[in-house]
Amino acid sequence: MKAVIGLEVHIELKTKSKMFCGCSADYFGQKPNTHTCPVCLGLPGALPVPNKKAIEWCSMLGMALNCDIPLFSKFDRKNYFYPDLAKGYQISQYDEPFCLKGSINLESGKTIGITRVHMEEDTGKLIHQAIDGQDVTLIDFNRSGVPLVEIVTEPDFDNAKDVVDYLKKLQQIARYLDISNADMEKGDMRLEPNISIRKAGEAGLPNYKVEVKNINSFKFVEKSINYEIDRQTKILNEDKTPIQETRGWDENKQKTVTQRVKEEASDYRYFPEPDIPPIRWTKSEIDKLRSTLPELPQEKISRFQKQYNLSLYDTTILTEDLTTSEYFETAATAGARKISPKQIANVMINKKINIDEILPAKLIEEVTISSKKINISEEELLEAVRKILKTNPKIAQDYKKGKDSVVQFAIGQVMYIMKKKIDTEILRKLIIEELK
Amino acid sequence: MKINIKHIAKLANLHISDEEGKKFEKQLSEILNYVNQLNSVDTKNVEITSQITDLENVTREDKTSPSLSQEEALSNTKSKHNGLFKVKKVL
Ligand SMILES: [Zn+2]
Repeated sequence: MKAVIGLEVHIELKTKSKMFCGCSADYFGQKPNTHTCPVCLGLPGALPVPNKKAIEWCSMLGMALNCDIPLFSKFDRKNYFYPDLAKGYQISQYDEPFCLKGSINLESGKTIGITRVHMEEDTGKLIHQAIDGQDVTLIDFNRSGVPLVEIVTEPDFDNAKDVVDYLKKLQQIARYLDISNADMEKGDMRLEPNISIRKAGEAGLPNYKVEVKNINSFKFVEKSINYEIDRQTKILNEDKTPIQETRGWDENKQKTVTQRVKEEASDYRYFPEPDIPPIRWTKSEIDKLRSTLPELPQEKISRFQKQYNLSLYDTTILTEDLTTSEYFETAATAGARKISPKQIANVMINKKINIDEILPAKLIEEVTISSKKINISEEELLEAVRKILKTNPKIAQDYKKGKDSVVQFAIGQVMYIMKKKIDTEILRKLIIEELK
Repeated sequence: MKINIKHIAKLANLHISDEEGKKFEKQLSEILNYVNQLNSVDTKNVEITSQITDLENVTREDKTSPSLSQEEALSNTKSKHNGLFKVKKVL
Protein backbone atom coordinates (compact mmCIF):
# COMPACT_ATOMS: atom_id res chain seq x y z
CA MET A 1 0.00 0.00 0.00
CA LYS A 2 1.18 3.49 -0.76
CA ALA A 3 -0.11 6.92 0.23
CA VAL A 4 -1.30 9.25 -2.51
CA ILE A 5 -1.13 12.87 -1.37
CA GLY A 6 -1.85 16.15 -3.12
CA LEU A 7 -1.79 19.66 -1.75
CA GLU A 8 -3.77 22.86 -2.03
CA VAL A 9 -2.02 25.83 -0.50
CA HIS A 10 -3.44 29.34 -0.20
CA ILE A 11 -1.03 32.23 0.13
CA GLU A 12 -2.26 35.71 0.92
CA LEU A 13 -0.41 38.43 -0.99
CA LYS A 14 0.90 41.50 0.80
CA THR A 15 -0.37 44.09 -1.63
CA LYS A 16 -1.34 47.46 -0.20
CA SER A 17 -4.90 47.30 -1.51
CA LYS A 18 -7.37 44.45 -1.94
CA MET A 19 -7.83 42.32 -5.06
CA PHE A 20 -10.79 44.11 -6.62
CA CYS A 21 -11.15 47.38 -4.69
CA GLY A 22 -9.02 50.08 -3.08
CA CYS A 23 -9.64 49.05 0.53
CA SER A 24 -6.47 48.49 2.53
CA ALA A 25 -5.46 44.81 2.54
CA ASP A 26 -3.63 45.30 5.83
CA TYR A 27 -6.43 43.98 8.01
CA PHE A 28 -4.53 42.13 10.73
CA GLY A 29 -5.48 43.40 14.18
CA GLN A 30 -7.70 46.18 12.82
CA LYS A 31 -11.13 47.08 14.15
CA PRO A 32 -13.78 44.86 12.49
CA ASN A 33 -15.52 46.06 9.33
CA THR A 34 -13.41 49.20 8.94
CA HIS A 35 -11.72 48.06 5.69
CA THR A 36 -14.76 47.59 3.49
CA CYS A 37 -16.56 49.17 0.57
CA PRO A 38 -19.46 48.23 -1.72
CA VAL A 39 -17.16 45.92 -3.75
CA CYS A 40 -15.79 43.80 -0.91
CA LEU A 41 -19.12 43.83 0.94
CA GLY A 42 -20.73 42.44 -2.20
CA LEU A 43 -23.32 45.20 -2.47
CA PRO A 44 -25.44 45.23 -5.64
CA GLY A 45 -24.08 47.34 -8.48
CA ALA A 46 -20.47 47.46 -7.31
CA LEU A 47 -17.82 46.91 -9.96
CA PRO A 48 -14.67 44.88 -9.16
CA VAL A 49 -11.43 46.00 -10.89
CA PRO A 50 -8.45 43.63 -10.54
CA ASN A 51 -5.23 44.71 -8.85
CA LYS A 52 -2.43 44.64 -11.44
CA LYS A 53 0.31 44.04 -8.89
CA ALA A 54 -1.51 41.00 -7.51
CA ILE A 55 -1.79 39.51 -11.01
CA GLU A 56 1.91 40.12 -11.60
CA TRP A 57 2.89 38.56 -8.27
CA CYS A 58 0.69 35.53 -8.91
CA SER A 59 2.36 35.09 -12.29
CA MET A 60 5.83 35.53 -10.79
CA LEU A 61 5.11 32.80 -8.26
CA GLY A 62 4.06 30.60 -11.18
CA MET A 63 7.30 31.42 -12.99
CA ALA A 64 9.31 30.55 -9.87
CA LEU A 65 7.50 27.19 -9.87
CA ASN A 66 8.43 26.57 -13.52
CA CYS A 67 4.86 27.04 -14.75
CA ASP A 68 3.69 27.93 -18.23
CA ILE A 69 2.18 31.41 -18.32
CA PRO A 70 -0.63 31.37 -20.90
CA LEU A 71 -1.05 34.58 -22.87
CA PHE A 72 -4.80 34.56 -22.25
CA SER A 73 -6.46 34.26 -18.88
CA LYS A 74 -9.73 35.16 -17.18
CA PHE A 75 -11.62 35.26 -13.91
CA ASP A 76 -14.64 33.09 -13.11
CA ARG A 77 -17.38 33.03 -10.53
CA LYS A 78 -17.45 30.14 -8.10
CA ASN A 79 -20.97 30.06 -6.69
CA TYR A 80 -21.82 28.88 -3.18
CA PHE A 81 -23.66 30.11 -0.10
CA TYR A 82 -21.75 30.74 3.06
CA PRO A 83 -21.87 33.82 5.33
CA ASP A 84 -18.16 34.62 4.85
CA LEU A 85 -18.93 35.36 1.21
CA ALA A 86 -21.30 38.27 0.88
CA LYS A 87 -21.86 38.07 -2.89
CA GLY A 88 -22.92 34.44 -2.98
CA TYR A 89 -19.89 33.74 -5.18
CA GLN A 90 -16.14 34.02 -4.97
CA ILE A 91 -14.21 35.54 -7.84
CA SER A 92 -11.64 32.89 -8.73
CA GLN A 93 -10.19 31.26 -11.84
CA TYR A 94 -11.48 28.04 -13.32
CA ASP A 95 -10.32 26.77 -16.69
CA GLU A 96 -7.89 29.50 -17.71
CA PRO A 97 -5.73 30.36 -14.68
CA PHE A 98 -2.64 32.57 -14.78
CA CYS A 99 -0.18 29.68 -14.38
CA LEU A 100 -0.25 26.03 -15.44
CA LYS A 101 1.90 22.90 -15.38
CA GLY A 102 4.90 23.64 -13.19
CA SER A 103 7.22 21.57 -11.05
CA ILE A 104 9.43 21.73 -7.98
CA ASN A 105 12.37 19.58 -6.88
CA LEU A 106 12.57 18.27 -3.34
CA GLU A 107 15.52 17.36 -1.10
CA SER A 108 14.57 13.69 -1.48
CA GLY A 109 15.35 13.98 -5.20
CA LYS A 110 11.68 13.74 -6.10
CA THR A 111 9.99 16.15 -8.51
CA ILE A 112 6.46 17.26 -7.68
CA GLY A 113 4.12 18.45 -10.42
CA ILE A 114 2.37 21.80 -9.95
CA THR A 115 -1.05 21.58 -11.56
CA ARG A 116 -1.88 25.27 -11.46
CA VAL A 117 -1.40 28.57 -9.68
CA HIS A 118 -4.41 30.84 -9.75
CA MET A 119 -5.69 34.10 -8.34
CA GLU A 120 -8.76 34.55 -6.16
CA GLU A 121 -10.13 36.64 -3.32
CA ASP A 122 -10.08 35.85 0.38
CA THR A 123 -13.34 35.63 2.34
CA GLY A 124 -14.55 37.38 5.49
CA LYS A 125 -13.59 36.07 8.90
CA LEU A 126 -16.20 34.15 10.90
CA ILE A 127 -16.28 34.12 14.68
CA HIS A 128 -18.49 31.50 16.32
CA GLN A 129 -19.74 32.61 19.69
CA ALA A 130 -22.64 32.47 22.14
CA ILE A 131 -24.42 35.76 22.82
CA ASP A 132 -27.21 35.91 25.42
CA GLY A 133 -27.31 32.13 25.46
CA GLN A 134 -27.70 31.96 21.70
CA ASP A 135 -25.12 30.42 19.37
CA VAL A 136 -24.36 32.90 16.61
CA THR A 137 -21.76 33.56 13.94
CA LEU A 138 -20.20 37.01 13.73
CA ILE A 139 -18.65 38.32 10.51
CA ASP A 140 -15.77 40.71 9.92
CA PHE A 141 -15.36 41.61 6.23
CA ASN A 142 -11.95 43.30 6.57
CA ARG A 143 -10.31 40.19 5.05
CA SER A 144 -12.94 39.88 2.32
CA GLY A 145 -11.33 40.52 -1.06
CA VAL A 146 -7.69 40.35 0.03
CA PRO A 147 -5.66 38.79 -2.84
CA LEU A 148 -5.20 35.07 -2.41
CA VAL A 149 -3.11 32.78 -4.59
CA GLU A 150 -3.92 29.08 -4.69
CA ILE A 151 -1.20 26.59 -5.58
CA VAL A 152 -2.40 23.09 -6.47
CA THR A 153 -0.05 20.13 -6.82
CA GLU A 154 -0.47 16.84 -8.60
CA PRO A 155 -1.08 13.88 -6.21
CA ASP A 156 2.65 13.16 -6.40
CA PHE A 157 3.54 12.91 -2.70
CA ASP A 158 3.65 9.58 -0.87
CA ASN A 159 4.93 10.66 2.54
CA ALA A 160 4.61 13.49 5.08
CA LYS A 161 8.31 14.39 5.06
CA ASP A 162 8.26 15.36 1.39
CA VAL A 163 5.10 17.40 1.98
CA VAL A 164 6.76 19.41 4.74
CA ASP A 165 9.83 19.94 2.57
CA TYR A 166 7.60 21.20 -0.26
CA LEU A 167 5.75 23.58 2.05
CA LYS A 168 8.98 25.01 3.44
CA LYS A 169 10.28 25.55 -0.08
CA LEU A 170 7.05 27.21 -1.17
CA GLN A 171 7.14 29.52 1.86
CA GLN A 172 10.77 30.35 1.13
CA ILE A 173 10.02 31.17 -2.52
CA ALA A 174 7.11 33.45 -1.55
CA ARG A 175 9.42 35.28 0.86
CA TYR A 176 12.27 35.53 -1.65
CA LEU A 177 9.80 37.01 -4.16
CA ASP A 178 8.67 39.36 -1.38
CA ILE A 179 5.01 38.82 -2.30
CA SER A 180 3.80 37.47 1.05
CA ASN A 181 5.01 37.18 4.63
CA ALA A 182 3.77 33.58 4.39
CA ASP A 183 3.33 33.61 8.15
CA MET A 184 1.40 30.49 9.16
CA GLU A 185 0.30 31.88 12.52
CA LYS A 186 -1.25 34.96 10.96
CA GLY A 187 -3.03 32.85 8.35
CA ASP A 188 -0.97 34.17 5.41
CA MET A 189 -0.39 30.57 4.36
CA ARG A 190 -3.06 27.86 4.65
CA LEU A 191 -2.56 24.19 3.90
CA GLU A 192 -5.00 21.55 2.75
CA PRO A 193 -3.56 18.12 2.05
CA ASN A 194 -5.77 15.46 0.49
CA ILE A 195 -4.80 11.95 1.37
CA SER A 196 -5.76 8.51 0.16
CA ILE A 197 -4.10 5.09 -0.02
CA ARG A 198 -3.47 3.07 -3.15
CA LYS A 199 -3.76 -0.64 -2.55
CA ALA A 200 -0.94 -2.90 -3.71
CA GLY A 201 -1.32 -3.86 -7.34
CA GLU A 202 -3.91 -1.16 -7.97
CA ALA A 203 -3.40 1.36 -10.74
CA GLY A 204 -4.72 4.90 -10.96
CA LEU A 205 -6.06 7.04 -8.16
CA PRO A 206 -8.05 5.56 -5.26
CA ASN A 207 -11.83 5.99 -5.45
CA TYR A 208 -11.98 8.27 -2.42
CA LYS A 209 -9.95 10.99 -0.81
CA VAL A 210 -9.83 12.64 2.58
CA GLU A 211 -9.14 16.35 2.83
CA VAL A 212 -7.64 17.78 6.03
CA LYS A 213 -8.37 21.44 6.70
CA ASN A 214 -7.53 24.13 9.25
CA ILE A 215 -3.91 23.13 9.76
CA ASN A 216 -1.82 26.05 10.93
CA SER A 217 1.67 24.64 11.27
CA PHE A 218 4.08 22.43 9.35
CA LYS A 219 4.30 20.14 12.37
CA PHE A 220 0.53 19.59 12.36
CA VAL A 221 0.49 18.84 8.64
CA GLU A 222 3.09 16.14 9.21
CA LYS A 223 1.19 14.66 12.15
CA SER A 224 -2.17 14.72 10.41
CA ILE A 225 -0.81 13.03 7.26
CA ASN A 226 0.88 10.28 9.28
CA TYR A 227 -2.27 9.84 11.34
CA GLU A 228 -4.43 9.61 8.19
CA ILE A 229 -2.09 7.07 6.57
CA ASP A 230 -2.42 4.84 9.64
CA ARG A 231 -6.16 5.32 9.97
CA GLN A 232 -6.93 4.66 6.31
CA THR A 233 -4.57 1.70 6.09
CA LYS A 234 -6.40 0.03 8.98
CA ILE A 235 -9.78 0.56 7.30
CA LEU A 236 -8.49 -0.80 3.99
CA ASN A 237 -6.97 -3.81 5.74
CA GLU A 238 -10.48 -4.66 6.93
CA ASP A 239 -11.53 -4.64 3.28
CA LYS A 240 -13.56 -1.44 3.72
CA THR A 241 -13.20 1.93 1.98
CA PRO A 242 -12.61 5.11 4.00
CA ILE A 243 -15.39 7.69 3.72
CA GLN A 244 -14.80 10.65 1.41
CA GLU A 245 -14.83 13.58 3.82
CA THR A 246 -13.21 16.70 5.19
CA ARG A 247 -11.38 16.27 8.48
CA GLY A 248 -9.56 18.63 10.81
CA TRP A 249 -6.48 18.20 13.00
CA ASP A 250 -7.17 18.13 16.74
CA GLU A 251 -3.90 18.87 18.51
CA ASN A 252 -5.29 17.98 21.95
CA LYS A 253 -6.46 14.56 20.86
CA GLN A 254 -3.49 14.10 18.50
CA LYS A 255 -5.81 12.89 15.76
CA THR A 256 -7.88 14.03 12.82
CA VAL A 257 -11.62 14.37 13.38
CA THR A 258 -14.56 14.46 10.99
CA GLN A 259 -15.65 17.95 10.00
CA ARG A 260 -17.93 17.44 7.07
CA VAL A 261 -19.00 14.40 5.11
CA LYS A 262 -19.58 15.26 1.47
CA GLU A 263 -22.86 13.74 0.41
CA GLU A 264 -22.60 14.83 -3.18
CA ALA A 265 -20.01 16.34 -5.44
CA SER A 266 -19.75 20.12 -5.08
CA ASP A 267 -21.60 22.03 -7.75
CA TYR A 268 -20.02 25.46 -7.99
CA ARG A 269 -21.48 26.34 -11.40
CA TYR A 270 -18.38 28.23 -12.49
CA PHE A 271 -18.91 30.72 -15.27
CA PRO A 272 -16.81 33.57 -16.71
CA GLU A 273 -16.94 36.65 -14.46
CA PRO A 274 -19.00 39.09 -16.57
CA ASP A 275 -17.79 42.14 -14.58
CA ILE A 276 -14.09 41.63 -15.34
CA PRO A 277 -12.76 41.60 -18.90
CA PRO A 278 -10.13 38.91 -19.57
CA ILE A 279 -6.38 39.45 -19.22
CA ARG A 280 -4.11 39.11 -22.23
CA TRP A 281 -0.33 39.26 -21.97
CA THR A 282 2.04 39.94 -24.81
CA LYS A 283 5.11 37.74 -25.02
CA SER A 284 7.34 40.71 -24.25
CA GLU A 285 5.35 41.65 -21.16
CA ILE A 286 5.86 38.14 -19.80
CA ASP A 287 9.58 38.25 -20.63
CA LYS A 288 9.87 41.60 -18.90
CA LEU A 289 8.13 40.31 -15.80
CA ARG A 290 10.35 37.23 -15.82
CA SER A 291 13.43 39.45 -15.91
CA THR A 292 12.36 41.06 -12.63
CA LEU A 293 12.46 37.72 -10.78
CA PRO A 294 15.06 37.87 -8.02
CA GLU A 295 17.65 35.14 -7.48
CA LEU A 296 15.63 32.21 -6.15
CA PRO A 297 16.71 29.82 -3.35
CA GLN A 298 17.87 27.05 -5.70
CA GLU A 299 19.96 29.49 -7.78
CA LYS A 300 21.45 31.06 -4.67
CA ILE A 301 22.44 27.64 -3.34
CA SER A 302 24.28 26.78 -6.58
CA ARG A 303 26.00 30.17 -6.68
CA PHE A 304 27.10 30.00 -3.03
CA GLN A 305 28.50 26.51 -3.59
CA LYS A 306 30.55 27.70 -6.56
CA GLN A 307 31.47 31.23 -5.52
CA TYR A 308 32.34 30.48 -1.90
CA ASN A 309 33.32 26.84 -2.28
CA LEU A 310 30.80 25.69 0.33
CA SER A 311 29.03 22.38 0.85
CA LEU A 312 25.37 21.85 -0.02
CA TYR A 313 24.67 21.52 3.70
CA ASP A 314 26.22 24.91 4.52
CA THR A 315 24.62 26.74 1.60
CA THR A 316 21.19 25.31 2.34
CA ILE A 317 21.33 26.76 5.85
CA LEU A 318 22.82 30.09 4.75
CA THR A 319 20.12 30.62 2.11
CA GLU A 320 17.18 29.69 4.33
CA ASP A 321 16.12 33.33 4.40
CA LEU A 322 17.29 36.50 2.70
CA THR A 323 18.52 38.19 5.89
CA THR A 324 20.92 35.33 6.64
CA SER A 325 22.19 35.03 3.07
CA GLU A 326 22.75 38.79 2.78
CA TYR A 327 24.56 38.80 6.12
CA PHE A 328 26.82 36.00 4.97
CA GLU A 329 27.68 37.77 1.72
CA THR A 330 28.44 41.04 3.48
CA ALA A 331 30.67 39.21 5.95
CA ALA A 332 32.38 37.25 3.17
CA THR A 333 33.17 40.49 1.34
CA ALA A 334 34.38 42.22 4.50
CA GLY A 335 36.51 39.24 5.45
CA ALA A 336 38.07 38.69 2.02
CA ARG A 337 41.79 37.77 2.24
CA LYS A 338 41.56 37.66 6.03
CA ILE A 339 39.41 34.61 6.57
CA SER A 340 37.75 32.10 4.28
CA PRO A 341 33.99 32.03 3.56
CA LYS A 342 34.00 28.54 5.05
CA GLN A 343 35.18 29.93 8.40
CA ILE A 344 32.41 32.54 8.33
CA ALA A 345 29.89 29.84 7.45
CA ASN A 346 31.11 27.67 10.32
CA VAL A 347 30.74 30.45 12.83
CA MET A 348 27.31 31.44 11.55
CA ILE A 349 26.02 27.87 11.52
CA ASN A 350 27.70 26.29 14.56
CA LYS A 351 27.78 29.21 16.96
CA LYS A 352 24.21 30.25 16.08
CA ILE A 353 25.18 33.91 16.30
CA ASN A 354 22.49 36.54 16.52
CA ILE A 355 22.79 38.34 13.19
CA ASP A 356 20.47 41.08 14.38
CA GLU A 357 23.00 42.09 17.05
CA ILE A 358 26.48 41.54 15.66
CA LEU A 359 27.41 43.51 12.54
CA PRO A 360 29.19 41.48 9.82
CA ALA A 361 32.42 43.50 10.27
CA LYS A 362 32.45 42.80 14.00
CA LEU A 363 31.91 39.12 13.29
CA ILE A 364 34.94 39.11 10.99
CA GLU A 365 37.02 40.67 13.74
CA GLU A 366 35.97 37.99 16.18
CA VAL A 367 36.51 35.17 13.72
CA THR A 368 39.97 36.52 12.89
CA ILE A 369 40.92 36.50 16.57
CA SER A 370 39.50 33.06 17.24
CA SER A 371 41.18 31.65 14.13
CA LYS A 372 44.54 32.81 15.53
CA LYS A 373 43.73 30.90 18.68
CA ILE A 374 43.18 27.78 16.63
CA ASN A 375 46.52 28.28 14.89
CA ILE A 376 48.50 27.33 17.97
CA SER A 377 49.04 23.59 18.30
CA GLU A 378 48.55 21.82 21.58
CA GLU A 379 52.20 20.77 21.76
CA GLU A 380 53.31 24.34 21.29
CA LEU A 381 51.00 25.41 24.08
CA LEU A 382 52.08 22.62 26.39
CA GLU A 383 55.72 23.56 25.85
CA ALA A 384 54.99 27.13 26.84
CA VAL A 385 53.05 26.02 29.94
CA ARG A 386 55.92 23.81 31.08
CA LYS A 387 58.38 26.62 30.52
CA ILE A 388 56.34 29.03 32.67
CA LEU A 389 55.87 26.47 35.46
CA LYS A 390 59.61 25.72 35.45
CA THR A 391 60.72 29.36 35.63
CA ASN A 392 58.05 30.14 38.28
CA PRO A 393 58.17 27.25 40.80
CA LYS A 394 56.09 29.35 43.19
CA ILE A 395 53.02 28.67 41.03
CA ALA A 396 53.09 24.94 41.80
CA GLN A 397 53.78 25.56 45.46
CA ASP A 398 50.91 27.99 45.88
CA TYR A 399 48.57 25.72 43.94
CA LYS A 400 49.33 22.82 46.28
CA LYS A 401 48.46 25.08 49.21
CA GLY A 402 45.05 25.56 47.62
CA LYS A 403 45.61 29.00 46.09
CA ASP A 404 43.63 28.43 42.87
CA SER A 405 44.10 32.04 41.84
CA VAL A 406 47.66 31.32 40.73
CA VAL A 407 46.23 29.54 37.71
CA GLN A 408 45.00 32.87 36.43
CA PHE A 409 48.52 34.27 36.88
CA ALA A 410 49.97 31.33 34.93
CA ILE A 411 47.47 31.90 32.09
CA GLY A 412 48.61 35.52 31.83
CA GLN A 413 52.26 34.48 31.77
CA VAL A 414 51.72 31.93 29.00
CA MET A 415 49.77 34.45 26.91
CA TYR A 416 52.55 36.96 27.46
CA ILE A 417 55.31 34.74 26.08
CA MET A 418 53.07 33.41 23.25
CA LYS A 419 52.18 36.99 22.24
CA LYS A 420 48.77 35.73 21.16
CA LYS A 421 45.27 35.48 22.44
CA ILE A 422 44.59 31.92 23.44
CA ASP A 423 41.38 30.24 24.45
CA THR A 424 41.65 30.60 28.22
CA GLU A 425 39.55 27.52 28.91
CA ILE A 426 41.91 25.25 26.99
CA LEU A 427 44.88 26.90 28.64
CA ARG A 428 43.39 26.57 32.13
CA LYS A 429 42.82 22.85 31.61
CA LEU A 430 46.40 22.36 30.39
CA ILE A 431 47.91 24.21 33.34
CA ILE A 432 45.85 22.32 35.92
CA GLU A 433 46.76 19.01 34.24
CA GLU A 434 50.44 19.92 34.49
CA LEU A 435 50.14 21.02 38.10
CA LYS A 436 48.65 17.70 39.19
CA MET B 1 -34.20 18.51 -20.87
CA LYS B 2 -34.70 17.00 -17.42
CA ILE B 3 -34.48 19.50 -14.57
CA ASN B 4 -33.72 18.50 -10.98
CA ILE B 5 -35.65 21.33 -9.34
CA LYS B 6 -34.85 20.24 -5.77
CA HIS B 7 -31.12 20.37 -6.51
CA ILE B 8 -31.40 23.78 -8.16
CA ALA B 9 -33.43 25.16 -5.25
CA LYS B 10 -30.80 23.91 -2.83
CA LEU B 11 -27.97 25.51 -4.80
CA ALA B 12 -29.91 28.78 -4.85
CA ASN B 13 -30.54 28.50 -1.11
CA LEU B 14 -34.32 28.62 -1.66
CA HIS B 15 -36.98 26.64 0.17
CA ILE B 16 -39.78 25.74 -2.20
CA SER B 17 -42.92 23.66 -1.75
CA ASP B 18 -43.68 20.63 -3.93
CA GLU B 19 -46.34 22.67 -5.70
CA GLU B 20 -43.89 25.51 -6.41
CA GLY B 21 -41.38 22.93 -7.52
CA LYS B 22 -43.70 21.64 -10.21
CA LYS B 23 -44.47 25.16 -11.40
CA PHE B 24 -40.83 26.26 -11.58
CA GLU B 25 -39.77 23.04 -13.22
CA LYS B 26 -42.18 23.72 -16.05
CA GLN B 27 -41.11 27.37 -16.34
CA LEU B 28 -37.40 26.56 -16.33
CA SER B 29 -37.92 23.89 -19.00
CA GLU B 30 -39.64 26.43 -21.18
CA ILE B 31 -36.79 28.91 -20.74
CA LEU B 32 -34.20 26.26 -21.60
CA ASN B 33 -36.15 25.26 -24.70
CA TYR B 34 -36.32 28.88 -25.74
CA VAL B 35 -32.57 29.39 -25.32
CA ASN B 36 -31.95 26.10 -27.10
CA GLN B 37 -33.07 27.77 -30.31
CA LEU B 38 -29.55 29.20 -30.41
CA ASN B 39 -28.30 25.72 -31.25
CA SER B 40 -29.80 26.07 -34.71
CA VAL B 41 -27.40 28.91 -35.56
CA ASP B 42 -24.43 27.87 -37.66
CA THR B 43 -21.34 28.85 -35.57
CA LYS B 44 -18.75 27.07 -37.69
CA ASN B 45 -16.89 30.30 -38.46
CA VAL B 46 -17.55 32.07 -35.20
CA GLU B 47 -14.71 32.50 -32.73
CA ILE B 48 -15.28 31.19 -29.21
CA THR B 49 -15.42 33.90 -26.56
CA SER B 50 -16.44 34.23 -22.93
CA GLN B 51 -17.43 37.87 -23.28
CA ILE B 52 -18.87 40.39 -25.71
CA THR B 53 -17.50 43.76 -24.52
CA ASP B 54 -14.23 43.41 -26.42
CA LEU B 55 -12.50 44.95 -23.45
CA GLU B 56 -9.27 43.43 -22.13
CA ASN B 57 -6.74 44.17 -19.37
CA VAL B 58 -8.90 46.48 -17.31
CA THR B 59 -6.86 46.67 -14.11
CA ARG B 60 -5.97 49.13 -11.39
CA GLU B 61 -2.70 50.10 -9.73
CA ASP B 62 -2.09 48.83 -6.21
CA LYS B 63 -3.22 51.98 -4.45
CA THR B 64 -5.51 52.26 -1.46
CA SER B 65 -8.59 54.48 -1.31
CA PRO B 66 -10.78 55.31 1.68
CA SER B 67 -13.11 52.61 2.97
CA LEU B 68 -16.53 52.96 4.53
CA SER B 69 -16.71 53.63 8.25
CA GLN B 70 -17.82 50.76 10.46
CA GLU B 71 -21.18 52.51 10.98
CA GLU B 72 -21.68 52.89 7.22
CA ALA B 73 -20.67 49.29 6.56
CA LEU B 74 -23.22 48.01 9.08
CA SER B 75 -25.93 50.54 8.23
CA ASN B 76 -27.98 48.10 6.10
CA THR B 77 -28.36 45.47 8.78
CA LYS B 78 -30.28 45.24 12.03
CA SER B 79 -28.37 42.14 13.01
CA LYS B 80 -25.04 43.24 14.43
CA HIS B 81 -22.90 42.94 17.53
CA ASN B 82 -19.82 44.97 18.55
CA GLY B 83 -19.07 46.16 15.02
CA LEU B 84 -19.64 42.73 13.47
CA PHE B 85 -22.44 41.34 11.31
CA LYS B 86 -24.41 38.72 13.21
CA VAL B 87 -26.03 35.67 11.61
CA LYS B 88 -27.45 32.38 12.80
CA LYS B 89 -24.75 29.94 13.79
CA VAL B 90 -23.12 28.12 10.88
CA LEU B 91 -21.05 24.91 10.99
ZN1 LIG C 1 -13.40 47.21 -0.54
